Amino acid sequence: MELTSLGIYNQAIILFAALVLFTSFAMLAQTRIVQLIFTFAWQGLLLAVVTILVAMVSDHPHLYVSAALTLALKVVLIPWLLYRLSVRLNMNYEAEAIANPSLLLLGGAALVMFSYFIAVPVVHLSGLATRNTIAVSIAVELLGMLIMTTRKTAMAQVIGFMSMENGLFFAAVVSTYGMPLIVELGVAFDVMVASILFGVFFFHLRDSFDSLDVSHLNRLSETNDSLPLQEANGEERP
Amino acid sequence: MNMAGGIPLLLAYAAIICAVMSGAISLFAVRRHPGFLHTGSFLFLFIAGMADVVAGGWALLANLIVTDQLALGLPWLEWHLRLDPLSGFFLVLLGTLVTATSLYGPSYTREYTHGEAPQPLPPLGVFTATFVLGMQMLLLADDALVFMIFWEMMSLSGYFLVVYQHQHAGNRHAAFLYLLLAHVGALVILLAFGVLAAFGGGLTFAQMRAAPLSPLWATLAFAFAFLGFGTKAGMVPLHVWLPDAHPVAPSHISALMSGVMLKMGIYGIIRVSYDLIGEVRWEWGVAMLIVGTASALLGVLYALMQHDLKRLLAYHSIENIGIILMGLGMSMIFLGSGHPLLGTLGLVAALYHTLNHALFKGLLFLGAGAVLYRTHERDLEHMGGLIQRMPVTAFMFLVGSVAISALPPFNGFVSEWLTFQTALQAPALDNGVLRMIMPIAAALLALTGALAAACFVKAFGIAFLGRPRSRHVAHAREVPRGMLLGMGLLAVLCLVLGILPVPMIEAMAPITQLLVHSALPSATAQGWLWLTPVSPDVASYSAPFVMLALILVFGLGYLFLKRGAVPTRRCSPWDCGFGQLNHRMEYTSTAFTQPIRRIFGAVWKVEESVETSTVGVGPIRRVTGINHYLHVQDWSWLKVYLPIGSLVLEAARRIGFIQTGSIHTYLKYSFWTLIFLLWIVSI
Amino acid sequence: MNSLGIAWMLAAVQTLIFVAAAPLLAGWVKRLKCHMQNRAAPVVWQPYRDLAKLLQKDMVLAANASWLFRATPYIVFGATLLAAAAVPLIVVHLPTAAIADMIVLVGFFALARFFTALAALDIGTAFGGMGASREMTVAALAEPAMLLVVFTLSMTAGTTNLSAATEFVLQAGLVLRPSFLFSLFALAMVAVAESGRIPVDNPATHLELTMLHEAMILEYGGRHLALIEWASQVKLLIYTVLIVDLFFPWGIAREFTAGALALGIVAVTAKAMLLAVVLVTWETVLAKMRLFRVPQFLGFAFLLSLLGMLTSIVLETGG
Repeated sequence: MELTSLGIYNQAIILFAALVLFTSFAMLAQTRIVQLIFTFAWQGLLLAVVTILVAMVSDHPHLYVSAALTLALKVVLIPWLLYRLSVRLNMNYEAEAIANPSLLLLGGAALVMFSYFIAVPVVHLSGLATRNTIAVSIAVELLGMLIMTTRKTAMAQVIGFMSMENGLFFAAVVSTYGMPLIVELGVAFDVMVASILFGVFFFHLRDSFDSLDVSHLNRLSETNDSLPLQEANGEERP
Repeated sequence: MNMAGGIPLLLAYAAIICAVMSGAISLFAVRRHPGFLHTGSFLFLFIAGMADVVAGGWALLANLIVTDQLALGLPWLEWHLRLDPLSGFFLVLLGTLVTATSLYGPSYTREYTHGEAPQPLPPLGVFTATFVLGMQMLLLADDALVFMIFWEMMSLSGYFLVVYQHQHAGNRHAAFLYLLLAHVGALVILLAFGVLAAFGGGLTFAQMRAAPLSPLWATLAFAFAFLGFGTKAGMVPLHVWLPDAHPVAPSHISALMSGVMLKMGIYGIIRVSYDLIGEVRWEWGVAMLIVGTASALLGVLYALMQHDLKRLLAYHSIENIGIILMGLGMSMIFLGSGHPLLGTLGLVAALYHTLNHALFKGLLFLGAGAVLYRTHERDLEHMGGLIQRMPVTAFMFLVGSVAISALPPFNGFVSEWLTFQTALQAPALDNGVLRMIMPIAAALLALTGALAAACFVKAFGIAFLGRPRSRHVAHAREVPRGMLLGMGLLAVLCLVLGILPVPMIEAMAPITQLLVHSALPSATAQGWLWLTPVSPDVASYSAPFVMLALILVFGLGYLFLKRGAVPTRRCSPWDCGFGQLNHRMEYTSTAFTQPIRRIFGAVWKVEESVETSTVGVGPIRRVTGINHYLHVQDWSWLKVYLPIGSLVLEAARRIGFIQTGSIHTYLKYSFWTLIFLLWIVSI
Repeated sequence: MNSLGIAWMLAAVQTLIFVAAAPLLAGWVKRLKCHMQNRAAPVVWQPYRDLAKLLQKDMVLAANASWLFRATPYIVFGATLLAAAAVPLIVVHLPTAAIADMIVLVGFFALARFFTALAALDIGTAFGGMGASREMTVAALAEPAMLLVVFTLSMTAGTTNLSAATEFVLQAGLVLRPSFLFSLFALAMVAVAESGRIPVDNPATHLELTMLHEAMILEYGGRHLALIEWASQVKLLIYTVLIVDLFFPWGIAREFTAGALALGIVAVTAKAMLLAVVLVTWETVLAKMRLFRVPQFLGFAFLLSLLGMLTSIVLETGG
């Protein structure tokens, strides 16, 4: 259906969906931890706005509750937790080096094309005005997984995981006008508990390996007898 | 023989006879009259070229299809020949370049008789003639036998031409590689013809056209044709022979090889897929588009790193073949998806670029040959300032450079613009992924075009501008008039094809009618002034206006600014107060491309090192010299060809155990083979 | 005949206004920049005085400058003039807009750049070589992004003709298109790179390590320099008007009546002044990047344009 034939609210939904995709790309190439957390907060905010718009267009008032939940958790609580964590771990001024940022971004673009390719049959089934955004939601989810697989610091991986959940939530909102409220509450609580657990995990990781680089976990493998990094202080490790 | 269309075919035959005469003169008029040999062979080549142009142009413009059968060849298979608009178009291409080369040749080949390293001239003349003959006949071929015979004649003549200066080992290696890949390609082409002949029940093209092919076999035939003809055309990764072979051949032969021989590969692809197979599928187009984009991008990136002028031009041929394949690929995608008009547009863009590339690449190689003739120098790092010493050659080379960089108002721009317009029609497709791939391919084409412009700024700027970087370049003179005439012809054609695209596209309508049964009425609907490929609202370009405006600006500038002004003074350039600028302080070719080398570093295998030679030790250590060593290699050579080569050698080694050297073993082989065959026959 | 004659006359007048108003924009940008950086500003028409001074100066050429060096300013000015003729400044539907579409526009700039780089190499100093090398590299990297922007716009508008594209955006009314949003930013970044503004190039510097465009024209003086400076000012105005026409075209004249034309002039002047404010803020806030950070900048522009194209196909066309 032509963009011009949709109402202004539906056009706004599509616009914000594109901006959510853009924040995914921004997180993919963002090297600084604190900026990454802020970009994640922005993504949450844009998602909340989309949810409110969908609630206004369709007749599902429970989406307002969803939007409020997203706002509280994804925009305020979790970014604040992660920021506090990074300050306590002295990571807030760090930036990690990405090997090939241009290649990574182009890979992200290829993922978007792939998401479109797999979403085409699904899109034909849906009758909603916002059905084109299903491909974008799949892309956001895949990009979250790409962030998890290509970044080295644990904080970036957590953000990737949260971003995957964002993608799932977005897919639910645009394809079925949201999940049942029970499911949403459950997922939201799970995500919050996960972020707290991640915080605890970070401390353990840092205590064991003195850094948050997850490639250090390699040495836990029994068949892998090569050290990923040279020890800076020459301390002996088993 | 059809008498109505008989005259063009007669002219084509006359061209063939002239080529044979040219070869015969080179062979026989050896010792008595060397001047006669020289001029005579090139005179006959000139006549052959002109005859080809007229014959091809006539067949094209009059939309003729003429067939003939000659009682040569096998008893049950005569030689079938056919002159149709497609062959006519390529004959015009061939004829133009042969004409330009024959004007250029007499003066250029004097280097081989009067130069420092004299070479015998007859082989050059004979093999040039057989080269041209091979190409002429394969364009007229209407059955697979004639085609393959003359394809092989073209390839073999090419080998002897490449190895003409066989004293250098590098030339022999380059020629061997060329021959190897040419034969692999010919074998694959034979397979393609085999598939078509098996289903068609015969070797003639008419039978192949009528052959009922299932999609699988059609795809197989297309794949064989694409690979085989693509080897000759020089697509990545089958291109490794090109950068070695084209530079070492004599320059007028390089022009013919790069300008025409590569196009024979394109002719083969078009003939087999559009004409013989008939129904093109969009999947073939996608494969062609991907290969074309890769060839274009890799070709230009490798060209940027070269500082041997002819090798640089050879890599640019790979790039332009990639652009032609992109046009053909997009055409196939549109045709296979049921958009005949847009498919025609892609085909027209590809054919136009074929002609344009032949013209400006021929011009550039002839220019490089002119520089080589006077300075005996091929390395850009030793050239410079030639615009003062060889002004006309520099102007011709500039025309070629502007044309190949796809800048208005020359011809390269028109064909690239048409290719872009074809890609822009992607929204007409249904398949969403294809609609995404075509813009990305077009963006990469834009990148390629911009990099090509950068490469030719480098090539022209380092070679012709600035100060001379070596002594023999500083004393160069202008080349003889014949060479200038040959280059001038091509330069004028570059400009004409750029300013008058509409008549050219009208002329190509018979080809598209023949192949895809559709034409582009809208392209020429607005008259000769406006080129509107799809419709005036979608896109339009007026090359004559551009030319007019540029002339106007020059005229007004001269009138108002230059005439009343004080005459300009000359002084030394700005040197920051250091003084004594010399040629060592200029930018070199390697320096010019250093940013690109750094940005696109993963594309090449770069070995770079700086060695400082010092004298003394400790605090009194002094630097006496700094050497910069840079070696840029083609990855495909290392990753594809060397492994295949070592695999073949390994396999040969393994099988080598059957060669024992003992007579008894060999006798045993014969004995057991005989027993086995007798047993087979008796079953 | 009569209306066609009027159209051609209007086209010629519009081109002349375009070329004559370009130094005014440059002066306005300079004035804003000085104010923002707390310096005393020259008057808005100072560039006219500079051009007049240069046109009257005697010319001094390097000893080994060839005819190419002397011809380049005219070629550059001619190509830029042609580009200016094709862009609708005040009124759409002029016949000169059919000479060139957006891709030909890019071709004109490429022609100007090609000859400027050659002229830089002509004298044989290291400055020229460096400027030419860097400029061609930056231009090559900006081309894919520019072309994808053209693609995205033409996929929606169905045309690459600037006049028709402007008309399309005018007729469509207020539509929120994410592809246009991304393309706007991508085009702005490409425009910054191509017209040599911060962070890609500093138009006010003459230090060898920081020059791109200035390094190429270092040897030019007198009327040649006047033509080249003027051409780069026209180029900046072209990019400004391009952004205005494609994304915010409201107010441009669609008929040849006096009222519509007056409104068109006022509208484009106001929008150009606003865009100049944005440009000056951007230039003041950012610092010039080192040369090997420019590929990342242009890569980001390419990503934006790619996203624009992808969202256009995924989100905006029928599912």
